[in-house]
Amino acid sequence: MAELLLKNVTMKFGGLLAVDNLDLEVPSGKILSLIGPNGAGKTTVFNLITGVYKPTEGTITYNGETLNGLHSNKVVSRGIARTFQNIRLFNSMTVLENVQVGFHCRTRSGPVRALFKTRHERQEEKDIILKSQEILDFFGLVGHQNDYASNLAYGEQRRLEIARALATQPKLLLLDEPAAGMNPKETAELMELIIKLRDTGLTIFLVEHDMLLVMGISEVVTVLDYGQKIAEGTPKEIQQNETVIEAYLGTGALSKKKKPEQQKNITRSRQHD
Amino acid sequence: MDLSSFLLQQIINAVFLGSIYSLIALGYTMVYGIIELINFAHGELFTAGAFIGVIVLTALQQMGFVETHFVLTMIIVFVMSMSYVAVLGVAVEHVAYKPLRTSSRLSALLSALGMSIFLSNGMMLSQGVSDRAYPQVFGIEGIEFMGARITNGQIFIIILAVALMVGLQLFVHRTRLGKAMRATAQNKTMARILGIDIDQTIRITFMIGPALGAAAGVMVGLHYGAVRFDMGFIFMIKAFAAAILGGIGSIPGAMLGGLIIGTIEVMWAAFLPSAWKDVTTFTVLIMVLYFKPSGLLGEGTTEVRV
Repeated sequence: MAELLLKNVTMKFGGLLAVDNLDLEVPSGKILSLIGPNGAGKTTVFNLITGVYKPTEGTITYNGETLNGLHSNKVVSRGIARTFQNIRLFNSMTVLENVQVGFHCRTRSGPVRALFKTRHERQEEKDIILKSQEILDFFGLVGHQNDYASNLAYGEQRRLEIARALATQPKLLLLDEPAAGMNPKETAELMELIIKLRDTGLTIFLVEHDMLLVMGISEVVTVLDYGQKIAEGTPKEIQQNETVIEAYLGTGALSKKKKPEQQKNITRSRQHD
Repeated sequence: MDLSSFLLQQIINAVFLGSIYSLIALGYTMVYGIIELINFAHGELFTAGAFIGVIVLTALQQMGFVETHFVLTMIIVFVMSMSYVAVLGVAVEHVAYKPLRTSSRLSALLSALGMSIFLSNGMMLSQGVSDRAYPQVFGIEGIEFMGARITNGQIFIIILAVALMVGLQLFVHRTRLGKAMRATAQNKTMARILGIDIDQTIRITFMIGPALGAAAGVMVGLHYGAVRFDMGFIFMIKAFAAAILGGIGSIPGAMLGGLIIGTIEVMWAAFLPSAWKDVTTFTVLIMVLYFKPSGLLGEGTTEVRV
């Protein structure tokens, strides 16, 4: 059963075709990766799903419900959370408060209740703190809960981003380059974490450049190039797919076939172009 | 009167004036923190609060209610003034700022100026051009100590102002909506991605900021005994200077800035030619903008700081 379904989705920015007639299926409970050279439109796909952009054409449905044109804050309440390529924590809030903000869409207390601090409101606040601490514990950040987010180490900030996204209690988690800037040890820990999250029943949809991570944990890999889907399959199938290798390395590259690890290095160098 | 009691008197006056400036400055800083706009109509919202106060208070006085139920009278006056201006604030936001949220900052700024002129003239037409007297409910009784004097009215106003500021601080830090507000101030896109309704957050900001300004308006009316349609202007400029001095976008900054501006003004008037007291405020404003545009507690960013 497909949870998230993109059908003929097209996104144009003026004359630029960022996503071209894309069909995509994100099956429930799986880890799916979206890869492709820089500028292929991967992040745009995330922005379309989460309501940052409205697709020019096509439909996006989640469990049968159309998401097109929904505001981002409504998309979250449907159970879709995301993180960003660059870290976007609330730096002048504490670690705990960052997670508490994530619970916002799952709680009710309005302005009047907040003003008078009803018993319901107080109970709700207490519950949120407990639940936030549980999440922080899962991510090994509970010891930092009263530190400002800006004072965390880089890897911890990345984890906090995921923790905050989880606080919105999603069914589907979109991770935009979660391993960006991480060292191999941190990446390995992240892989474990993603698998652990999947095992709790979460669907994970990744955009990532780190091929070790992508090939290591994905169940399905989709490849985008110039906004079009050029391949889809298991990591193994993708590694042997000629169109993919051409897209990454250019024509002629097939004559001297690369191993996936070298591919990763090449992708990285392409990032710095 | 010896120097020490004179000085103590000036400190009392400074705290009194400063807390009023702080309340008004909070309205600027909160709105700026959320939508990066100087709400030039804030001074008029403050005046509107003062007018609602005088209307309600006069009515209650004529009913003889003030003598019998003093505390209740004060509650009614402040609650009515603040809630009316809160609604007015949301209306101003809806009419003048919301349609321009995606356009340039300059358009929104001009819209704010237009709103200010509109409201000011509206009050002139409906309330007249002359001073309107506030019922003197506090009298001149007060406490004397160490040669200085503080009236009951001043005590009441300082306590209320501090209570409102503490309440705001608790709201912003302890409640779900307050956290949503800080999150929105720091990063709108991310806040929305996490499920926060930005429009609602902005509306709440435009309720709280002007409501605090309205409370300050009633306080000014109670203390100085009169209101006028254009009295918002000079308070607006002073509070604006206070917000900039504290660091625009910073809530504690606005409180601190208000106290400092109040102190400078009172001390200047006490020891130096008082005709120049307004000039000092603007001198401070210019100096801050020149040497430390981010203000005392600001970071040069648009964040509502902790």
